[in-house]
Amino acid sequence: MAMPASKSDAVIAMPQGAASASAVSSPVVTLTPPKRMTEPGKYAKNMREIAARVIPPLVVITLFLVIWELLCRKTGATLPPPSKVISDTKELILHPFFDNGGIDKGLFWHLSASLQRVALGYSLAALVGVGLGTLIGQSIWAMRGLDPIFQVLRTIPPLAWLPLALAAFRDGQPSAIFVIFITSIWPIIINTAVGIRNIPQDYRNVAAVVRLNPIEFFTKIMIPSAAPYIFTGLRIGIGLSWLAIIAAEMLIGGVGIGFFIWDAWNSSHMSEIILALFYVGIIGFILDRMIALLASVVTRGTATN
Amino acid sequence: MAPYLKLDHVDKSFTRGSQTTEVLKDINLSIEKGEYVSIIGHSGCGKSTMLNIVAGLTTATIGGVLLEGREVNSPGPDRAVVFQNHSLLPWLTVYDNVRLGVDKVFGKTKSRAERHQWTMHNLDLVQMGHAKDRRPSEVSGGMKQRVGIARALAMEPKVLLLDEPFGALDALTRAHLQDSVMALHQKLGNTIIMITHDVDEAVLLSDRIVMMTNGPSARIGEILDVPLPRPRKRLELASNATYLKCRQRVLEFLYERHRFVEAA
Ligand SMILES: Nc1ncnc2c1ncn2[C@@H]1O[C@H](COP(=O)(O)OP(=O)(O)O)[C@@H](O)[C@H]1O
Ligand SMILES: [Mg+2]
Repeated sequence: MAMPASKSDAVIAMPQGAASASAVSSPVVTLTPPKRMTEPGKYAKNMREIAARVIPPLVVITLFLVIWELLCRKTGATLPPPSKVISDTKELILHPFFDNGGIDKGLFWHLSASLQRVALGYSLAALVGVGLGTLIGQSIWAMRGLDPIFQVLRTIPPLAWLPLALAAFRDGQPSAIFVIFITSIWPIIINTAVGIRNIPQDYRNVAAVVRLNPIEFFTKIMIPSAAPYIFTGLRIGIGLSWLAIIAAEMLIGGVGIGFFIWDAWNSSHMSEIILALFYVGIIGFILDRMIALLASVVTRGTATN
Repeated sequence: MAPYLKLDHVDKSFTRGSQTTEVLKDINLSIEKGEYVSIIGHSGCGKSTMLNIVAGLTTATIGGVLLEGREVNSPGPDRAVVFQNHSLLPWLTVYDNVRLGVDKVFGKTKSRAERHQWTMHNLDLVQMGHAKDRRPSEVSGGMKQRVGIARALAMEPKVLLLDEPFGALDALTRAHLQDSVMALHQKLGNTIIMITHDVDEAVLLSDRIVMMTNGPSARIGEILDVPLPRPRKRLELASNATYLKCRQRVLEFLYERHRFVEAA
């Protein structure tokens, strides 16, 4: 572990101003000799913490790439080594925005088409899901009527809906959006319902004494109180959407990262598949983090009392 | 003249499945305007149930509640409640918790600026103006309860209902809040019903103490007048004969005649 040490050495040599700027927000250190000494000291401690988080995954990734390179370099290997992936896909990496018409487009356009479908289907699912979830959380009769049906429907795999959707809509685009919708809506409904059912009686009493009308009760009590649950559902939902869109696009064709992968497979462009998988993973990760971030902003203070 | 608030032959039973338990039996109580009435009784006898019936949060099985001669059977800001566990909405600031009620009650009669003033005025009454932008999780238990009181007061209730408002607080904080509530009652002249299980608290604060018999089918066992002049001073009362007599009377009721029997 020579790296973190050399990093912190470099930091101590840094100008005072830059170091103190971040020292302000760093946790208090108990060892406090003269002030001039502590600020770079804190900074070094900070850097060591960051290094502790960044270095292990870097080491693992490097190891993984080396092993992959060694295994796939041999003649007769079925998959390309990382070095070949990069040299094969250089054009795609460097020019994500090209557009030669049809489906011969840069990766940006494929990813953006997929994201648009997800955005539409998922937004619809969020709206309808929170609405239905509120209904079955609030009304015992709605729950008795709907819950058993939902429990069965939610176990149907996303792609099983696709043929039915294609038959109904007679077009790939709305069918893909429908598949996203129907995939991501169940966790949203179920978590919202649980959140609504768990609203403490005290909050209902407060609302009753103040005489909130049903709309005010919904926006001022139900939604904030159930928000942590709702966001759990939304976060599961966005993950499922991203899983489903890739599969759906492989079947419906057209512009989209799913069909891009399928097309690459048909033309035996293994390197392109690997690059696409990399992007799919990163974007799935970003989507998840976005919802998590939104949740932490919106539910600030809700969970604790 | 008809009393300000009247509980008229109130019975309450809860039915769970095929099992019905009678909690309250034939409760009759009249309260005058400006009066401070405490309800004392062993835990589980039905004090909260009784208060909730006045608040309209629970409906009586038989009988009803009359406020200024009119029956009340749904909750409303004219009978604001301070709940035992404060019940502040954790996602709102201290200010917004109070403002929520103010906006609902005075939305049509006061301007925006007046509602702001009124909210701040009530926070200042309970000495919480300085913490208006904090969230409930960021203030102490006693402070939360103060905000709960401010929220209720700000609705200008005809009757203020307090359900063991100081039950969860340490002794010092509790004494401090009792003094605050006493001062507020003196200043604003509210009609107050307070539930408590603390004998000293009941005697110190109340004009009358309603003593409940043990449940099930709890009744009002006795009503005691506390003829102590106001303003009352905690320290001076400690050796006051009337105070001690009242205290003795309540203790006797609770621990001699209606001793709490653990489910035998
Ligand atoms: N919603 C309810 N359903 C059934 N039983 C209840 C309900 N609320 C209260 N009870 C019962 O009524 C009795 C009185 O409760 P409560 O009024 O809370 O007592 P206290 O406030 O005096 O401690 C208890 O035995 C309690 O179990
Ligand atoms: Mg109670």
